[in-house]
Amino acid sequence: MTSYIIRRLLLVIPTVFFALSFLFALFYVLPGDPATLIAGGADRNPNAIQVEQINEKYGLNDPLPTQFVNYWKATLQWDLGESFQTGRSVNEILGQRAKNSFRLAFWALIIEIVVGLSVGIYSAIRRYSLADKLTTVGTAAMSAIPVFVLGYILQYAFAVYPNKHDWPEWTRLRTSQIGPPGSGDGDWFLFVIPMGEQWRYLILPAVTLAAVSTALTARMMRGSMLEVHRADFMRTARAKGLGERQIVLRHGLRNAMLPVITLLALDFGAMIGAAVLTETVFSWPGLGSTIASSVLDRDLPVLLGLTLVVVLLYSILNLLVDVSYAWFDPRVRLGEGKDK
Amino acid sequence: MSDQTPGFAAARTVDQMVDDVLAAPEAPPYLIDVWRRFKKNRLAVIGLIFILGLVLVAIFAPLIAPYGPSERTDVFRGSPSGDHLFGTDIIGRDVFSRVVYGARVSLRISIATTIIAMGIGVLVGAMAGFFGGFTDGLMMRITDVFLAIPYIVLAVAIATVFGRSENGIILVLGLTGWLGVSRIVRSSFLSLKELEYVEAAQALGFSRTRIMFRHILPNALQPIIVYGTILIGSVILAEAALSFLGVGPQDPTPAWGLMVSQGKGDLANAFHLVLFPGLAIALTVLAFVLVGDGLRDALDPKLK
Repeated sequence: MTSYIIRRLLLVIPTVFFALSFLFALFYVLPGDPATLIAGGADRNPNAIQVEQINEKYGLNDPLPTQFVNYWKATLQWDLGESFQTGRSVNEILGQRAKNSFRLAFWALIIEIVVGLSVGIYSAIRRYSLADKLTTVGTAAMSAIPVFVLGYILQYAFAVYPNKHDWPEWTRLRTSQIGPPGSGDGDWFLFVIPMGEQWRYLILPAVTLAAVSTALTARMMRGSMLEVHRADFMRTARAKGLGERQIVLRHGLRNAMLPVITLLALDFGAMIGAAVLTETVFSWPGLGSTIASSVLDRDLPVLLGLTLVVVLLYSILNLLVDVSYAWFDPRVRLGEGKDK
Repeated sequence: MSDQTPGFAAARTVDQMVDDVLAAPEAPPYLIDVWRRFKKNRLAVIGLIFILGLVLVAIFAPLIAPYGPSERTDVFRGSPSGDHLFGTDIIGRDVFSRVVYGARVSLRISIATTIIAMGIGVLVGAMAGFFGGFTDGLMMRITDVFLAIPYIVLAVAIATVFGRSENGIILVLGLTGWLGVSRIVRSSFLSLKELEYVEAAQALGFSRTRIMFRHILPNALQPIIVYGTILIGSVILAEAALSFLGVGPQDPTPAWGLMVSQGKGDLANAFHLVLFPGLAIALTVLAFVLVGDGLRDALDPKLK
């Protein structure tokens, strides 16, 4: 097992290297000269000396291979450079955005687990009931609504509409165009629990971010439960006279959880690193939306620095999932034969 | 024919016979069977009717839409009314007409993209699954690298390179959409290539290309068809998301995602600008998902 983990960790290195090198190369194919953009935008005809200074400062005049080598040298020392746009240190931006993303993803994951699992289990044990049929249709519909449309619909229903019609204060949720208020740590208890007014800002983006994954989790949980239901050990459990509750929870659920855990782990990664749409709709300053706008702004250090962390996170979660398989199910042997 | 020796006839046609029996399209009774099972799924049938309706709307858009897609009226941000079913946008264009014309954009992009993605995915997956070994390892590592980058980041980056246009977005989604297809095709090929009929075809000395595409591929079609249908739906979602982020088709184009993005500024007074194009995306995607589910159950009743 240890040698398997080490081998997998070694495989992460080329994946991360090629993924980032690909983005690095892609950046130089992007139309528009970054220095010109930084100096004020192509349409504003920036001063040539200023452009030259910027090129000099960020080493954009060096030959491409030199820039490439310098980038990796700095990155290996965890020096992610500074933003072309704002001049702030990327490490600092990263810390802030990662914190926001983590909080949002944490609550979205909680919603996904609580709602997704219970709906999935319920519709599996009451198969063909009305509730089950509603779940099937509902989850399909949920996964078809674009995240940003759902975000605006929720925003309208729970924040804009009550505000417009002067509903009492406690009914109104907030969506701020300037991001959550006082993103400082003071408003969060134990890092993730929103205090004071903070929850009013958190709830809509968390629900929006969780919606699609919750639907998929419920679907998968249902399918997995039904599969396990047919297993021999379930019949054995019944035959030896266990109560239905114990059969479902102890014997059924534990075995049906495996594929769902994979989904949850990968979802968590995507919620932290790629919640571009939700973060854009709710102006939540997280990793995903910052990465997306860094592409549009040609802010290479921000793009590469933040993506590096997200790619690492994905790879580590992937590895954890595979290792957890062996942990939950001793029949799975790791590292024998080909992986995947 | 009766004067030919049986041995001669067999030698002459063995090639065709193998092809006919193993690689010919499924006999019609099978398709009738599939259709009968598909029909039983009411939701899938509704989805299919919706899609057919949408295709008709796209074809006959000029007859259905009361206004042109970029024709301006003198009502700005008007609420839905008899004159403007879905209201009008900030510069006075009729939202209903734009949604109708938007069906053309969505279908054009999603069909072109799906063809590109399926083409590359089937080719790569077939080669990886059939040849195995080094080819397989290399191709799977390449897909690993691309899957490691968050999809939407990859898409935004590539879209910026290709220019923000309809053709740009077709290339982006096509060049990123094959990753999933190739994995599915690969796993089908991995198990199918061990079967006896492949061995038989090899013994008969057929070329590897022929075995891959005429013998194995037809047997791997079921998951490919199902995945393809669902892929159309997810392409429409992805296209809408990229248009929403501003890296898709640009302004006069009535892309649904772009319309949502243009309407998001004033939720309080003009919610219809977000609602109707948003519903158009959601219903279309839902229709493809339902049809995909129905097809899966109909093609392989064992899976249900």
